[in-house]
Amino acid sequence: MADNVSKMAGQDENRASVHARRLIAYIVLVLVSFLCLFWFYVLFINASRSNSELTRGFTAIPSTHLLENWINLKNGTLPIFSGIINSLFVALASAVLSTYFSTMTAYAIHAYDFKLKKFMFTFILAVMMIPTQVTALGFLQLIDKMKLDDSFVPLIVPAVAAPAVFFYMKQYMDATLPLSLVEAARIDGSGEFRTFNQIVVPLMKPAIAVQAIFCFVTSWNNYFTPALVLHTDTKKTLPILIAQLRSADWLKFDMGQVYVMIAFSIFPVIVVYLLLSRYIVGGVTLGGVKG
Amino acid sequence: MKKRSKVVSYNKWGYIFLIPFVVVYLVFQMIPLVTTVYNSFFENYRSGLKQIGPTFIGVQNYITIISNGDLPTYFKNTMIMWIMGFIPQIVLSLLLGAWFTDPSLRLKCQGFFKTVIYMPNLIMASAFSMLFFTLFADGGPINSMLLNMGLIAEPYKFMSHIWSVRSLVAFMNCVMWFGNTTILLMAGMMGIDPSLFEAAQVDGATATQIFYKITLPLLRPILIFVMITSLIGGLQMFDVPQILTNGSGDPMRSSMTLIMYLNKHLFSKNYGLAGALSVFMFIITGILSLIVFKFTAQKETK
Amino acid sequence: MKKKLLGVILSATMVAGMITACGETAATPAAETPATTTVEETAAPAEAEPAAETAETAEVAEPAAEEGKVLNIYCWNEEFKSRLKDHYPGYTEVDATHGTIGDVSVVWNITPSDDNAYQNNLDETLLKQADAAADDKIDIFLVEADYALKYVDTEYTAPVADFGLTDADLANQYKYTQDVMTDSTGTLKGVSWQGCPGVLIYNREAAKEVLGSDDPAEVQKAVADWDTFSATADTMKAAGYNMTATTNDAYRVFSNNVSGQWVQNGKVVIDDNLMKWVELSKKMADEKMTTTSDLWSDDWSKGFYPDGKVFCYFGPAWLINFCMAANEDGSIANLGGWGATEGPQGFFWGGTWICGATGTDNPTLVGDIMKQLTCNEEIMLDIVAKDSDFVNNKPAMEKAAADDAYAFSVFGGQNPLGMFCTGAEKCDLSNQGAYDQGCNEEFQRAMKNYFDGNATLDEALEIFKKAIVEKYPELTTD
Repeated sequence: MADNVSKMAGQDENRASVHARRLIAYIVLVLVSFLCLFWFYVLFINASRSNSELTRGFTAIPSTHLLENWINLKNGTLPIFSGIINSLFVALASAVLSTYFSTMTAYAIHAYDFKLKKFMFTFILAVMMIPTQVTALGFLQLIDKMKLDDSFVPLIVPAVAAPAVFFYMKQYMDATLPLSLVEAARIDGSGEFRTFNQIVVPLMKPAIAVQAIFCFVTSWNNYFTPALVLHTDTKKTLPILIAQLRSADWLKFDMGQVYVMIAFSIFPVIVVYLLLSRYIVGGVTLGGVKG
Repeated sequence: MKKRSKVVSYNKWGYIFLIPFVVVYLVFQMIPLVTTVYNSFFENYRSGLKQIGPTFIGVQNYITIISNGDLPTYFKNTMIMWIMGFIPQIVLSLLLGAWFTDPSLRLKCQGFFKTVIYMPNLIMASAFSMLFFTLFADGGPINSMLLNMGLIAEPYKFMSHIWSVRSLVAFMNCVMWFGNTTILLMAGMMGIDPSLFEAAQVDGATATQIFYKITLPLLRPILIFVMITSLIGGLQMFDVPQILTNGSGDPMRSSMTLIMYLNKHLFSKNYGLAGALSVFMFIITGILSLIVFKFTAQKETK
Repeated sequence: MKKKLLGVILSATMVAGMITACGETAATPAAETPATTTVEETAAPAEAEPAAETAETAEVAEPAAEEGKVLNIYCWNEEFKSRLKDHYPGYTEVDATHGTIGDVSVVWNITPSDDNAYQNNLDETLLKQADAAADDKIDIFLVEADYALKYVDTEYTAPVADFGLTDADLANQYKYTQDVMTDSTGTLKGVSWQGCPGVLIYNREAAKEVLGSDDPAEVQKAVADWDTFSATADTMKAAGYNMTATTNDAYRVFSNNVSGQWVQNGKVVIDDNLMKWVELSKKMADEKMTTTSDLWSDDWSKGFYPDGKVFCYFGPAWLINFCMAANEDGSIANLGGWGATEGPQGFFWGGTWICGATGTDNPTLVGDIMKQLTCNEEIMLDIVAKDSDFVNNKPAMEKAAADDAYAFSVFGGQNPLGMFCTGAEKCDLSNQGAYDQGCNEEFQRAMKNYFDGNATLDEALEIFKKAIVEKYPELTTD
């Protein structure tokens, strides 16, 4: 493997080997892409099939019920459009809060020397290790006491304290953010807060884009906490509505609708992902950073 | 880090920038955590609509968990499935990351490939498991394909064999997460100053040397991050096996993970036992993460 | 159970509602009533902020002489809502979760049953029932047979007699539907508009081919008891048919006919009849006369088509009408290729019961809903005609059984209702208990390991016992 990796540009030692490696790379990549896209194909097929067709098992050819399933879903009693807006709002807000404040926290540890620095770093790492599920019981009792039941606040605000995002930001800063840059800004008379917002945050763009996608997707697909917190139909997010659709009674039960709904709820994430992925795919040049 | 000028007036900003994190953390995570630990010393559960307890019983919950001896089994299951998924995942990610960042390969359609690899993560785990369930059913398409190819004589029951269930779980985790890992590693690789490579080349370093001496060491922070978050994610493995096995962790609980076990106690709102289990999980995660940290830190000093 | 169609793989993430702390606020949107309602309602703000609660309570207390103006109904899907909408005189729908009956506004609180979310939500709200404001109290909630006793055997469920239902009103209902809702002191606490007695549904082609006749009476001889059933399974196997689609198909028939409750004096007791199921299923699984898949899986529904090669299913009317792919070209149901016979033992599958919550402020209305939907023969016949339900009314069903208009096309013109009626009479559910849901679920799950050859019988039983103690910490198993 080591032979395959990181040969440098212009290193033109035997072309043949480069060709061979390129060929292998393409084969692997095509296989991997297939492995990634196949599921979307299956989902699409299933979304286009009626409930009774679905009980017959899987086929590789799409059927003709896509529109019918969609119309049934749209005319059903579930508020899918408010669901999508709720999901978008919660996911966007969490992604923004999480990445911005985690960068800020990481910057605090990275750029400053203070007494509790070591302690804070270890502390945050330690809390990262607590499985979210284990505190869920306490979390709900708390929400109830704070009268935040059935509100978006408990879904969004906790994103500010995201140890894993913080950890990533910190590691990324270690690798790419020289303090000389901060010093330079200070000499130019920039305030600390301004330095952070106008110099550090832009430099962290690739990392922020990466984590923003992750946070958005995690929040978008989260069923666990929203299902515990949200009760009013019009406040529910998409994963809850999907669960609700699946527990329909036997007169109305329709797997075709469930699959259409899943496809429908994946669509916005794909759009957001494609928008943000430009940052990653485009290969952000870290112009400001020179070892 | 130590070569920096230490101006006290600047350093108070360290505290200021920490405020949002600390406040939110204390409110939304610390309080629930303390409640959880506190609960672990009580007998406290729901039987139907009847509330039992809370009665203080000391460490009885901890003793119960240790004495029934299930914890090591589920820990082992979790680790096996995690490792089975993580090894292909990290190898694939390093490979892809290296290919994408290797200019000599000049891969076409990079944008497409880079975009595609993360896409499985966009599907909800529950939906993903539903698809797998359909595909790998006894009479499902995978089985009929294998039958048609003559590889098997009769349908293979994927859900009834220990290793096929574990493999499916590992495979699903790998497919769902390798894109994530690749993106993280790529971001790290792109963050490496290209002039370092140029300098190394000028000095006559081989590709292998460059990979081990420059890429890997500089990638280490991100690698540590990937390792640790994967490990933590692995220990918290829940939804994929839960949905794939319908919560049973069968056959014979061989695919039951720690969190699935925890989940069992939440059915009866058994705050006491669940709390004690949580404490155990916290300890296990802590120890493992420390090992990873120590291991990687040691290498650094070499 | 039936509501959990495909519950198999469906649950999304963990502990959905291990504490769905659905506070009073959840029910308060009651207040967003249509403009037509009285002053009391309009006073409550549309956004049910906690602060508003006190004000609201005070307001409501005023018309004390009358009954409450808000009827809160807790359920897990829309079945009951559509029954009420279509058949209860005076119900007007406002929107998906609101309606009115006269000047009372009806508020639907629908929580999916995935991950136990419905029960968790209901539990939390019931536990707060005593302290809740009158308009926030649950008035009606629905339950399924599997967990009915968990609610019925508590003070949170009020006797139906309190709502004015007399023995005379209830006389026409099937006894088993009342068995399910009778608490340990013999008090009836819930009623249902439907009955779900099951029959053995067999593949006519296979019967002709293997047994020589597809006449229900002849087929019945081959499945009259479990020994002949088992012998027929051998014959079917030899002819290339699976006797049943999965081992779980027959489970319900055995578990409905046990000789004692799951839990006796705090100890889990495995009934002999269930061990018979284990024995039969192990034999059938080993000799490949059935599969060990879950109900609702693709492998289960394969037998709805001729090439699935499955001889029989056990099920009630709704299974045949809605689940066996009758609309699908080429399915056995579509060809009218199923037949029905009583099978080895009587059983039932599914059903929804209406319970009145203790402390409701609308007892008269609750009573009337119960009476109209579950005792009024005319309305119930209407339900049969419109919704193809098997209703909980003996004279109505016996009329239908004698009427060829009710013949099932999926049965090739056979009218199975008479058989369903007999089945419903034969159902004996006096051995239901509060732990049935969990015990049945875990028992089937554990035994699958044994059937698949992954464990010995003893190991599988150990796993079962372990799972039960996890679920119900107060029980013992040895």
